[in-house]
Amino acid sequence: MTPPPFQRFLDAHRDDVWRFLVAAVGRDAADDCFQETFMAAMRAYPRTRVENPRAWVLTIAHRKALDHHRARARRPIPVGAVPDAPAPEPPEAAGDGVWERVSGLPPKQRAALLLRFAGDLSHREVAAALGCSEEAARRSAHEGLKRLREELAA
Amino acid sequence: MTDRLAPPPFDPAAAAAAAARFAATAPADVSYALVDSPVGTLVAARTERGLACLSYEDHDGGVDAVLDRLAAKLSPRILEAPARLDDVRRELDEYFEHRRTAFDLPLDWALVGPFGRKVLHATARIPFGEVSTYAKVAAEAGNPKASRAAGNALGSNPMPIVVPCHRVLHTGGKGIGNYTGGVHRKEALLRLEGVLLGP
Repeated sequence: MTPPPFQRFLDAHRDDVWRFLVAAVGRDAADDCFQETFMAAMRAYPRTRVENPRAWVLTIAHRKALDHHRARARRPIPVGAVPDAPAPEPPEAAGDGVWERVSGLPPKQRAALLLRFAGDLSHREVAAALGCSEEAARRSAHEGLKRLREELAA
Repeated sequence: MTDRLAPPPFDPAAAAAAAARFAATAPADVSYALVDSPVGTLVAARTERGLACLSYEDHDGGVDAVLDRLAAKLSPRILEAPARLDDVRRELDEYFEHRRTAFDLPLDWALVGPFGRKVLHATARIPFGEVSTYAKVAAEAGNPKASRAAGNALGSNPMPIVVPCHRVLHTGGKGIGNYTGGVHRKEALLRLEGVLLGP
Protein backbone atom coordinates (compact mmCIF):
# COMPACT_ATOMS: atom_id res chain seq x y z
CA MET A 1 0.00 0.00 0.00
CA THR A 2 1.43 3.34 -1.04
CA PRO A 3 1.12 6.03 1.62
CA PRO A 4 -0.78 9.16 0.54
CA PRO A 5 1.10 12.03 -1.13
CA PHE A 6 3.36 13.68 1.46
CA GLN A 7 1.71 17.06 0.86
CA ARG A 8 -1.52 15.60 2.24
CA PHE A 9 0.31 14.26 5.31
CA LEU A 10 1.90 17.69 5.84
CA ASP A 11 -1.46 19.48 5.49
CA ALA A 12 -3.15 17.05 7.89
CA HIS A 13 -0.57 17.38 10.69
CA ARG A 14 1.05 20.80 10.34
CA ASP A 15 -1.26 22.47 12.91
CA ASP A 16 -0.74 19.77 15.55
CA VAL A 17 3.02 19.76 15.09
CA TRP A 18 3.21 23.56 15.15
CA ARG A 19 1.09 23.85 18.32
CA PHE A 20 3.20 21.20 20.03
CA LEU A 21 6.50 22.81 19.06
CA VAL A 22 5.51 26.36 20.04
CA ALA A 23 4.72 25.00 23.50
CA ALA A 24 7.84 22.81 23.61
CA VAL A 25 10.57 25.15 22.32
CA GLY A 26 8.97 28.59 21.92
CA ARG A 27 7.83 30.52 18.88
CA ASP A 28 11.32 31.47 17.64
CA ALA A 29 12.76 27.95 17.62
CA ALA A 30 9.52 26.31 16.49
CA ASP A 31 10.17 26.90 12.79
CA ASP A 32 13.57 25.16 12.73
CA CYS A 33 12.19 22.21 14.69
CA PHE A 34 9.16 22.09 12.38
CA GLN A 35 11.37 21.92 9.29
CA GLU A 36 13.53 19.19 10.85
CA THR A 37 10.50 17.20 11.98
CA PHE A 38 8.92 17.01 8.54
CA MET A 39 12.30 16.49 6.87
CA ALA A 40 12.88 13.42 9.04
CA ALA A 41 9.32 12.24 8.42
CA MET A 42 9.68 12.62 4.65
CA ARG A 43 12.99 10.76 4.63
CA ALA A 44 11.39 7.79 6.39
CA TYR A 45 8.02 8.18 4.70
CA PRO A 46 7.77 5.57 1.95
CA ARG A 47 9.59 2.88 3.93
CA THR A 48 7.70 3.27 7.16
CA ARG A 49 4.46 1.46 7.83
CA VAL A 50 2.71 3.88 10.11
CA GLU A 51 -0.41 2.81 11.99
CA ASN A 52 -0.95 6.15 13.68
CA PRO A 53 0.53 9.00 11.60
CA ARG A 54 -0.35 11.73 14.10
CA ALA A 55 1.36 10.02 17.03
CA TRP A 56 4.29 9.13 14.75
CA VAL A 57 4.96 12.70 13.62
CA LEU A 58 4.46 14.12 17.14
CA THR A 59 7.00 11.60 18.42
CA ILE A 60 9.47 12.90 15.84
CA ALA A 61 8.63 16.49 16.88
CA HIS A 62 9.23 15.56 20.52
CA ARG A 63 12.71 14.22 19.63
CA LYS A 64 13.54 17.36 17.64
CA ALA A 65 12.47 19.47 20.62
CA LEU A 66 14.79 17.41 22.86
CA ASP A 67 17.65 17.90 20.36
CA HIS A 68 16.97 21.61 20.44
CA HIS A 69 17.11 21.75 24.26
CA ARG A 70 20.33 19.67 24.30
CA ALA A 71 21.97 21.90 21.70
CA ARG A 72 21.03 24.96 23.73
CA ALA A 73 22.46 23.38 26.88
CA ARG A 74 25.79 22.75 25.07
CA ARG A 75 26.03 26.20 23.55
CA PRO A 76 28.20 28.49 25.67
CA ILE A 77 26.27 31.50 26.90
CA PRO A 78 28.32 34.65 27.49
CA VAL A 79 27.17 35.71 30.94
CA GLY A 80 28.96 37.06 33.99
CA ALA A 81 27.72 34.48 36.42
CA VAL A 82 27.34 30.90 35.21
CA PRO A 83 23.85 29.60 36.00
CA ASP A 84 23.38 26.11 37.45
CA ALA A 85 21.28 24.96 34.53
CA PRO A 86 20.38 26.55 31.21
CA ALA A 87 17.22 28.53 31.61
CA PRO A 88 14.54 27.18 29.30
CA GLU A 89 13.59 29.54 26.51
CA PRO A 90 10.34 31.22 27.49
CA PRO A 91 7.66 30.02 25.06
CA GLU A 92 5.24 32.41 23.42
CA ALA A 93 3.98 34.82 26.03
CA ALA A 94 0.24 34.40 25.63
CA GLY A 95 -2.67 32.70 27.30
CA ASP A 96 -2.63 32.17 31.04
CA GLY A 97 1.12 31.57 31.36
CA VAL A 98 0.74 27.90 32.31
CA TRP A 99 2.76 26.63 29.32
CA GLU A 100 5.65 28.94 30.23
CA ARG A 101 5.71 27.18 33.60
CA VAL A 102 5.58 23.73 31.98
CA SER A 103 8.96 24.34 30.36
CA GLY A 104 10.46 24.78 33.82
CA LEU A 105 9.36 21.30 34.99
CA PRO A 106 11.69 18.27 35.18
CA PRO A 107 12.16 16.69 31.70
CA LYS A 108 9.89 13.65 32.14
CA GLN A 109 7.00 15.68 33.52
CA ARG A 110 7.49 18.35 30.89
CA ALA A 111 7.54 15.80 28.04
CA ALA A 112 4.48 13.97 29.36
CA LEU A 113 2.44 17.17 29.72
CA LEU A 114 3.51 18.50 26.32
CA LEU A 115 2.64 15.29 24.47
CA ARG A 116 -0.60 14.74 26.40
CA PHE A 117 -2.04 18.28 26.30
CA ALA A 118 -0.18 20.26 23.61
CA GLY A 119 0.00 17.18 21.34
CA ASP A 120 -3.39 15.80 22.49
CA LEU A 121 -2.07 12.23 22.54
CA SER A 122 -3.54 9.49 24.74
CA HIS A 123 -1.48 8.23 27.70
CA ARG A 124 -0.81 5.09 25.69
CA GLU A 125 0.54 7.16 22.74
CA VAL A 126 2.59 9.33 25.12
CA ALA A 127 4.09 6.15 26.59
CA ALA A 128 5.03 4.90 23.11
CA ALA A 129 6.63 8.27 22.29
CA LEU A 130 8.64 8.33 25.51
CA GLY A 131 9.51 4.64 25.48
CA CYS A 132 8.02 4.03 28.92
CA SER A 133 5.02 2.19 30.31
CA GLU A 134 1.56 3.69 30.09
CA GLU A 135 1.50 3.77 33.88
CA ALA A 136 4.76 5.77 33.97
CA ALA A 137 3.46 8.23 31.36
CA ARG A 138 0.28 8.71 33.39
CA ARG A 139 2.31 9.22 36.57
CA SER A 140 4.64 11.80 34.97
CA ALA A 141 1.67 13.81 33.70
CA HIS A 142 -0.02 13.54 37.09
CA GLU A 143 3.11 14.69 38.95
CA GLY A 144 3.63 17.52 36.49
CA LEU A 145 0.09 18.78 36.99
CA LYS A 146 0.44 18.50 40.76
CA ARG A 147 3.61 20.52 40.70
CA LEU A 148 2.05 23.21 38.48
CA ARG A 149 -0.88 23.43 40.87
CA GLU A 150 1.47 23.94 43.81
CA GLU A 151 3.44 26.61 41.96
CA LEU A 152 0.31 28.47 40.93
CA ALA A 153 -1.08 28.31 44.48
CA ALA A 154 2.16 29.69 45.93
CA MET B 1 -6.50 24.53 36.83
CA THR B 2 -8.12 21.13 36.87
CA ASP B 3 -6.81 17.72 35.96
CA ARG B 4 -5.88 18.81 32.45
CA LEU B 5 -4.21 21.69 30.63
CA ALA B 6 -5.87 23.73 27.92
CA PRO B 7 -3.92 23.46 24.65
CA PRO B 8 -1.40 26.28 24.17
CA PRO B 9 -2.29 29.36 22.07
CA PHE B 10 -1.90 28.66 18.42
CA ASP B 11 -1.62 30.72 15.23
CA PRO B 12 -2.87 28.73 12.20
CA ALA B 13 -1.35 31.27 9.78
CA ALA B 14 2.11 30.65 11.26
CA ALA B 15 1.63 26.89 10.90
CA ALA B 16 0.55 27.32 7.28
CA ALA B 17 3.58 29.53 6.59
CA ALA B 18 5.95 26.98 8.14
CA ALA B 19 4.39 24.22 6.02
CA ALA B 20 4.72 26.32 2.84
CA ARG B 21 8.40 26.98 3.63
CA PHE B 22 8.92 23.26 4.07
CA ALA B 23 7.20 22.37 0.78
CA ALA B 24 9.18 25.01 -1.12
CA THR B 25 12.61 23.86 0.09
CA ALA B 26 12.46 20.15 1.00
CA PRO B 27 13.91 17.70 -1.55
CA ALA B 28 10.72 16.02 -2.78
CA ASP B 29 10.81 13.33 -5.48
CA VAL B 30 7.82 14.98 -7.17
CA SER B 31 6.97 18.70 -7.08
CA TYR B 32 3.62 19.96 -8.29
CA ALA B 33 1.69 23.15 -8.83
CA LEU B 34 -1.65 24.24 -10.20
CA VAL B 35 -1.24 26.23 -13.41
CA ASP B 36 -4.00 28.41 -14.83
CA SER B 37 -4.52 28.36 -18.59
CA PRO B 38 -7.17 29.44 -21.12
CA VAL B 39 -8.22 25.78 -21.41
CA GLY B 40 -8.65 25.35 -17.66
CA THR B 41 -6.56 24.68 -14.57
CA LEU B 42 -3.73 22.19 -15.03
CA VAL B 43 -1.92 20.06 -12.45
CA ALA B 44 1.76 20.18 -13.42
CA ALA B 45 4.14 17.73 -11.75
CA ARG B 46 7.85 17.22 -12.26
CA THR B 47 10.64 14.99 -11.04
CA GLU B 48 14.32 15.92 -11.08
CA ARG B 49 14.38 14.66 -14.69
CA GLY B 50 11.64 16.93 -15.94
CA LEU B 51 7.90 17.39 -16.45
CA ALA B 52 6.15 14.06 -15.84
CA CYS B 53 2.50 15.05 -15.76
CA LEU B 54 0.26 17.87 -16.95
CA SER B 55 -3.34 16.96 -16.10
CA TYR B 56 -6.55 18.82 -16.64
CA GLU B 57 -7.65 19.50 -13.08
CA ASP B 58 -11.33 18.72 -13.73
CA HIS B 59 -10.49 15.46 -15.49
CA ASP B 60 -9.91 12.03 -13.90
CA GLY B 61 -11.14 12.91 -10.43
CA GLY B 62 -9.34 16.17 -9.73
CA VAL B 63 -6.09 17.08 -7.99
CA ASP B 64 -6.36 14.46 -5.25
CA ALA B 65 -6.79 11.62 -7.72
CA VAL B 66 -3.89 12.92 -9.84
CA LEU B 67 -1.64 13.06 -6.77
CA ASP B 68 -2.72 9.57 -5.64
CA ARG B 69 -1.74 8.19 -9.05
CA LEU B 70 1.62 9.97 -8.94
CA ALA B 71 2.24 8.64 -5.42
CA ALA B 72 1.56 5.08 -6.56
CA LYS B 73 3.46 5.26 -9.86
CA LEU B 74 6.39 7.59 -9.05
CA SER B 75 6.86 8.27 -5.34
CA PRO B 76 4.72 9.40 -2.39
CA ARG B 77 7.33 12.08 -1.57
CA ILE B 78 5.20 14.73 -3.29
CA LEU B 79 5.11 18.40 -2.32
CA GLU B 80 3.40 21.49 -3.69
CA ALA B 81 6.27 23.73 -4.82
CA PRO B 82 5.04 26.29 -7.39
CA ALA B 83 8.49 27.86 -7.90
CA ARG B 84 9.83 24.53 -9.19
CA LEU B 85 7.26 24.65 -12.00
CA ASP B 86 8.11 28.20 -13.08
CA ASP B 87 9.56 27.10 -16.43
CA VAL B 88 6.44 25.05 -17.23
CA ARG B 89 4.18 27.97 -16.35
CA ARG B 90 6.27 30.39 -18.42
CA GLU B 91 6.36 28.21 -21.56
CA LEU B 92 2.62 27.51 -21.34
CA ASP B 93 1.90 31.24 -20.97
CA GLU B 94 4.03 31.96 -24.04
CA TYR B 95 2.26 29.21 -26.01
CA PHE B 96 -1.19 30.54 -25.17
CA GLU B 97 -0.08 34.11 -25.97
CA HIS B 98 1.07 33.02 -29.46
CA ARG B 99 4.72 33.66 -28.59
CA ARG B 100 5.82 30.00 -28.62
CA THR B 101 5.20 27.15 -31.08
CA ALA B 102 7.41 24.45 -29.52
CA PHE B 103 8.22 23.52 -25.94
CA ASP B 104 11.78 23.26 -24.64
CA LEU B 105 10.91 21.63 -21.33
CA PRO B 106 12.83 18.56 -20.15
CA LEU B 107 10.39 15.63 -19.93
CA ASP B 108 10.25 12.59 -17.68
CA TRP B 109 8.57 9.70 -19.53
CA ALA B 110 8.28 7.52 -16.42
CA LEU B 111 4.47 7.34 -16.61
CA VAL B 112 4.47 6.04 -20.20
CA GLY B 113 4.96 2.42 -21.32
CA PRO B 114 7.25 1.37 -24.21
CA PHE B 115 4.68 1.46 -27.05
CA GLY B 116 3.09 4.61 -25.67
CA ARG B 117 6.50 6.25 -25.67
CA LYS B 118 7.00 5.49 -29.37
CA VAL B 119 3.54 6.87 -30.15
CA LEU B 120 4.08 10.02 -28.09
CA HIS B 121 7.59 10.58 -29.49
CA ALA B 122 6.06 10.45 -32.99
CA THR B 123 3.34 12.82 -31.80
CA ALA B 124 5.89 15.24 -30.39
CA ARG B 125 7.37 15.58 -33.91
CA ILE B 126 4.14 16.95 -35.42
CA PRO B 127 4.83 20.67 -35.82
CA PHE B 128 2.66 23.50 -34.52
CA GLY B 129 -0.21 24.20 -36.90
CA GLU B 130 -0.12 20.76 -38.55
CA VAL B 131 -2.07 17.58 -37.85
CA SER B 132 -1.67 13.84 -38.31
CA THR B 133 -3.87 10.74 -37.98
CA TYR B 134 -4.02 7.81 -35.56
CA ALA B 135 -2.99 5.47 -38.39
CA LYS B 136 0.05 7.57 -39.35
CA VAL B 137 1.21 7.91 -35.77
CA ALA B 138 0.80 4.14 -35.27
CA ALA B 139 2.90 3.54 -38.38
CA GLU B 140 5.60 5.90 -37.16
CA ALA B 141 5.59 4.05 -33.83
CA GLY B 142 6.40 0.89 -35.80
CA ASN B 143 3.00 -0.78 -36.01
CA PRO B 144 0.69 0.51 -38.79
CA LYS B 145 -2.13 -1.84 -37.71
CA ALA B 146 -2.16 -0.54 -34.14
CA SER B 147 -4.11 2.67 -34.66
CA ARG B 148 -6.52 1.69 -31.86
CA ALA B 149 -3.58 1.09 -29.49
CA ALA B 150 -2.10 4.37 -30.65
CA GLY B 151 -5.42 6.02 -29.84
CA ASN B 152 -5.28 4.57 -26.34
CA ALA B 153 -1.70 5.77 -25.85
CA LEU B 154 -2.72 9.25 -26.97
CA GLY B 155 -5.77 9.13 -24.70
CA SER B 156 -3.56 8.41 -21.70
CA ASN B 157 -0.91 10.96 -22.67
CA PRO B 158 0.24 12.27 -19.27
CA MET B 159 1.59 15.53 -20.77
CA PRO B 160 -1.10 16.94 -23.08
CA ILE B 161 -0.45 20.30 -24.77
CA VAL B 162 3.34 19.87 -24.32
CA VAL B 163 3.19 16.51 -26.13
CA PRO B 164 0.60 17.66 -28.69
CA CYS B 165 -1.82 14.75 -28.89
CA HIS B 166 -4.47 17.29 -29.91
CA ARG B 167 -2.78 17.32 -33.35
CA VAL B 168 -3.76 13.70 -34.01
CA LEU B 169 -7.17 13.36 -35.72
CA HIS B 170 -9.46 10.66 -37.08
CA THR B 171 -9.15 9.70 -40.73
CA GLY B 172 -12.01 9.96 -43.15
CA GLY B 173 -14.36 12.63 -41.88
CA LYS B 174 -15.29 10.96 -38.57
CA GLY B 175 -14.77 14.17 -36.62
CA ILE B 176 -11.59 15.21 -34.88
CA GLY B 177 -11.47 12.29 -32.45
CA ASN B 178 -11.45 12.11 -28.68
CA TYR B 179 -9.24 14.01 -26.30
CA THR B 180 -8.09 13.67 -22.74
CA GLY B 181 -9.91 16.50 -21.02
CA GLY B 182 -12.72 16.69 -23.55
CA VAL B 183 -13.16 17.42 -27.27
CA HIS B 184 -13.92 21.10 -26.60
CA ARG B 185 -10.32 21.51 -25.44
CA LYS B 186 -8.95 19.77 -28.51
CA GLU B 187 -10.94 22.22 -30.62
CA ALA B 188 -9.70 25.19 -28.58
CA LEU B 189 -6.06 24.13 -29.03
CA LEU B 190 -6.51 23.51 -32.77
CA ARG B 191 -8.14 26.94 -33.11
CA LEU B 192 -5.24 28.53 -31.26
CA GLU B 193 -2.83 26.87 -33.71
CA GLY B 194 -4.88 28.03 -36.72
CA VAL B 195 -5.90 24.50 -37.80
CA LEU B 196 -9.57 25.05 -37.01
CA LEU B 197 -11.15 28.33 -37.91
CA GLY B 198 -13.85 30.18 -36.09
CA PRO B 199 -14.35 31.64 -32.64
